[in-house]
Amino acid sequence: MYPEYMHESLKKVEQSRNKRLELEKSGEPVFPPMTAEEREDVLTKFHPDYKPDARRKIKVGPNKGEELTTEVADMLEAYSRVMPGLFDLDDPDYETDVLIIGGGGAGCAAAIIAAEHGAKSIISTKLRLGDANSMMSQGGMQAAGKQHDPPTRHYLDAIGGGHFDNVPKLVRAMTEDGPDVVKWLEDLGVIWDKNEDGSVHVLHGGGTSRKRMLSCRDYTGAIIMRTLMDEVRNHPEKIEVIEFMPTVELILDGKGKCAGCILYDLETEEYYVAKAKATIIATGGYGRLHIRGFDTTNHYGATGDGLIMAYRAGAKLMYMDSVQYHPTGSAFPEQIAGFLITEKIRGAGGQPLNKHGELFVFPREPRDVESAAFIRECVEKHNGIETPSGRTGVWLDSPLIEKLRGDGYLNKNFPAMHRQFIKYGIDITVEPMLVYPSLHYQNGGIAINEKCETNIKGLYVAGEASGGVHGRNRLMGNSVLDYNVFGRRAGEYAAEYAKSAKLGTLTLSHVDDYDKELKQAKIKADKVAPVLLPLYTPEAVRERQLTARYEGTLR
Amino acid sequence: MATKAEAKKKPAKTKAKTEKPEEKLVTVYIMGKAHQVPADATIMGAIEYAGYQIKRGAGCREGFCGACGTVYRVPGDYKIYAGLACTTLVEDEMYLTQLPSFPAEKPVYNIKKLAPTVSTFQKLYPEVFRCVACNTCSKACPQDLEVMDYIQAAMRGDIEQVMDLSFDCLCCGLCAARCPAEIVQYNVGLLAKRLYGKYLSPESKEVNKRIKEVDKNAFDKEYKELMRMAEDKLKKKYYDRDME
Repeated sequence: MYPEYMHESLKKVEQSRNKRLELEKSGEPVFPPMTAEEREDVLTKFHPDYKPDARRKIKVGPNKGEELTTEVADMLEAYSRVMPGLFDLDDPDYETDVLIIGGGGAGCAAAIIAAEHGAKSIISTKLRLGDANSMMSQGGMQAAGKQHDPPTRHYLDAIGGGHFDNVPKLVRAMTEDGPDVVKWLEDLGVIWDKNEDGSVHVLHGGGTSRKRMLSCRDYTGAIIMRTLMDEVRNHPEKIEVIEFMPTVELILDGKGKCAGCILYDLETEEYYVAKAKATIIATGGYGRLHIRGFDTTNHYGATGDGLIMAYRAGAKLMYMDSVQYHPTGSAFPEQIAGFLITEKIRGAGGQPLNKHGELFVFPREPRDVESAAFIRECVEKHNGIETPSGRTGVWLDSPLIEKLRGDGYLNKNFPAMHRQFIKYGIDITVEPMLVYPSLHYQNGGIAINEKCETNIKGLYVAGEASGGVHGRNRLMGNSVLDYNVFGRRAGEYAAEYAKSAKLGTLTLSHVDDYDKELKQAKIKADKVAPVLLPLYTPEAVRERQLTARYEGTLR
Repeated sequence: MATKAEAKKKPAKTKAKTEKPEEKLVTVYIMGKAHQVPADATIMGAIEYAGYQIKRGAGCREGFCGACGTVYRVPGDYKIYAGLACTTLVEDEMYLTQLPSFPAEKPVYNIKKLAPTVSTFQKLYPEVFRCVACNTCSKACPQDLEVMDYIQAAMRGDIEQVMDLSFDCLCCGLCAARCPAEIVQYNVGLLAKRLYGKYLSPESKEVNKRIKEVDKNAFDKEYKELMRMAEDKLKKKYYDRDME
């Protein structure tokens, strides 16, 4: 239920609705899309990445001297959780062909394909299988399957959305594999929304010039992820799944090839040595680092673990100066602050409005531009709506969709969103949602080529942990496609590589070397990484936890 | 130890009160132990406010993953309530426990070799036919799904209805925990969804055609042009592109 003082503004939204509906029906853009100059202007002035202290130079490692997101630089300059000398690397606890770190969409896709190529694999995952951002994607997956939408058009949209920084070969791989991913997933049992004639039902997303957003109602990620998980569980002879077992360091061999990793049992607090001919990092993103204090749409374990272990081993990172804030995080009620409100709402015709009930931006700009425009409307123009807890937000007019597409459309196509709000007495079929940008995606990551190879032999990366394919801004629906395309590719190339890979003597000397580099750079030893889990314990409780050492981490 | 525990509890109250005098607190019993937590907190927020670092029992934290199934009671009420810790609000005096994992049968099968008929349920989940139609599963569902109805549909082999009714299932396991017939409802729903997607959903001819074009390398030339294009030309092409 919205508080009394918001009712006047809500009234204005209602009053302008019919006029905006006519505008939407006209087929013309409801607000002029920004030019290149306008995009540049709003980004530099209002996007959080451009704040003076948002980035700083990293002092150590392969990207030394580069400007990175401050919180990322802080994490990369943290010390290891382990003392290398304590491990007997000659007597591994686990051995396999392909070790997959992370049990989300990319990890599961990789395991399924690796099994098809004859490889045995272990998926080791921090929480449960499927506890990943993949599970949470609501709106859809882009894939160019329509006659008037060649994959090259998808390529153009993705490159423009990424501000032309995207790695062309990766974008080609992603967009060209797209149609096959649609079919592959359907053959596994994913239920795409379809039209009567069997064609896939598609909508627009931010920055798309063709409707190519496929969906499974607004549980797209949940349907895909559970299908992949179930398939993984159907191959116990090939795929071993170890849950609550995050990875904390990579192991190399004497020649610099990746040779496995150090696992950490989250519950019993034991460390294990896992030896593998090939290793795939599929650890996802870093939303739970709460960059710039933002709320996040991300799952509990999204702490960027893959970045730090790969970086210590010498892998190069790409575009780690760029953070994605999803334009429509929830701003009210407080209990769901930061929760994702799918972009599909805008794809279906939902419009962002200021407190006067006016449109102030084209509803489907690329995400960074849209977010910056929301922040401008609130911060500079003071046209936001303040919440009782002191947040501000703009309206996202969902009832308009119901008028546009008929009664019942929201309940049928947005059951998750409806459920989310009705618990708090807000019926999104008759009242708008209040939204503000929320920390959503790691645009950059570990640099890969189109085979998911890194500069470390035997180390592959897929999904959000990798960087390059989205440039400095990902479009909606391209992450679901990304983790499927590159998860499958990583599984294939890692399995093939494992057939002939020969490992030398296992070593953790890179961890010692990195430690020395940190000390030489005079970096204080007050932090360890990977962080593993965010800390939400109140200050007062922590003050009394006298026997726990809190170093921004669990233990 | 008793005095230590006492010492722990008392400052918590005073501290909270001096910092935020307006904050209303309620008492919740987490696995039997009393904690003072904000009155408007979610169960998950309350557990963390009380000082627990959750390892099991938290996942997406937004109602999609089903990691945080929780059962609770309130005084003076015989009913067992169930909800997700991430999206259920606390009530004064509620007593709760999380149920992050519950043993479940998940037979191994080859999806390519199954038939989308009732025989598949008979073979893989014969216990489905033990359903006594008590509807306890539906009452336990935090998504308010008609769980019993989809189990009944599975008994009839109506895969489309199982798919439709179980579409929003989060696999939290609360239904299976409460079922007197020992059915694992959410796995039955998952199987039905996979059968529907693979065998019953109408095929998209457009997508199949596109896959063939890609296989024949039909877009190679255009890709190469785009990948070679100077950035100013590519920018112009992008900003000039037509919109559907």
